[in-house]
Amino acid sequence: MTIYGVAVLAACYITGQLFGEGLGKLLGIDANVGGVGFAMLLLILLSTWMIKKGFLNPETEAGVNFWNKMYIPVIIAMSATQNVTAALLGGMLAILAGVIPTAIAFLLIPGLSKFFKTGSVETASELKNKEVI
Amino acid sequence: METVTNFLVKNGLVFGFLVIGAILYFSNLFSEKVLNKKIPGAAIAIIAGLVLAYIGGRITGGKNGIADVKIFSGISFMGGAMLRDFTIVASAMGASFVVMKRTGLAGIISLFLGVVVTFGVGAIIAYMYGYTDAKSMTTIGAGACTFIIGPITGTAVGASSDVIALSIAAGVVKSVLVTIGTPFVAKYIGLNNPQTAMIYGGLIGTTSGVAAGLAATDPKLVPYGALTATFYTGLGCLLCPSVLYLAVNALLR
Repeated sequence: MTIYGVAVLAACYITGQLFGEGLGKLLGIDANVGGVGFAMLLLILLSTWMIKKGFLNPETEAGVNFWNKMYIPVIIAMSATQNVTAALLGGMLAILAGVIPTAIAFLLIPGLSKFFKTGSVETASELKNKEVI
Repeated sequence: METVTNFLVKNGLVFGFLVIGAILYFSNLFSEKVLNKKIPGAAIAIIAGLVLAYIGGRITGGKNGIADVKIFSGISFMGGAMLRDFTIVASAMGASFVVMKRTGLAGIISLFLGVVVTFGVGAIIAYMYGYTDAKSMTTIGAGACTFIIGPITGTAVGASSDVIALSIAAGVVKSVLVTIGTPFVAKYIGLNNPQTAMIYGGLIGTTSGVAAGLAATDPKLVPYGALTATFYTGLGCLLCPSVLYLAVNALLR
């Protein structure tokens, strides 16, 4: 059933996010620390286990895949609800403080990724062709 | 007219699906027919979303972009944190755990580097603009990281409310810049593989910007960037009001 896939996704989401909230509380900060990341790892491990056990039929998988495919539309909706006016009305300091550090961070990407390059680096399309996990 | 408006408000989420679907359709059409697919449809749709957000903000004076226009209020639910995170988690289905594990250390280092460098440069810019006290420098530096770290740090160190507002604005500028800029610079920074996407997520960190930027560049990279980016705000909230605030204090003395 499709809902099983959605339920598995929901279970990972809730568990991971709660863990992130708890970790934030534990560290004494008012923020969720890595909730989405924990939920993602949980989903990867759980779905691998389900494939092994034969629990993951195409219909169950469709329940997760639907939400995966809704990702870009949701991001567009998110963009449309950002406080863009504030960004543009924040004045020169806000713009410079937003742009310059970000540009420097962008410049660090190639160096850091070269530094950490271990073995072959698959491109996304190569990865797609490989068996996942 | 009133009936229609009320109806659309009541069925906001469903109307949101229709509006976003239409935006994507026309963006894809524009990408294909006018731009020869040089810029992906998703990137155009995201920019269109930002333009709508600006128009919404200008018309209503609100903070939620186009969602402050009554009939589009459902879009804020569709683009809210819950569905955003839910769909990001779903994108992990089919991502490679092996790659994530292999790039783990690089991800962690890029997170620390991302927060510290962004904070430092942000604080220096604040200093050059005349905000020479540690509280303001720390808050604006934190805001340069993300628009969530800014106000949390500002409140923690006791910065003034106009400085906190500035820090939020800086964070939003960053988010918008990352959203629009990523697909255009991806080629030049080698952002075409999962490893680099994880480093990118750690260095840049602003969840909404990273998510939208990667979606516009190559949707297959989204889970890898999102995985590291999700720790950025937490790490920033941890470091900025504590270690980094003390460091700014020490440097000013």
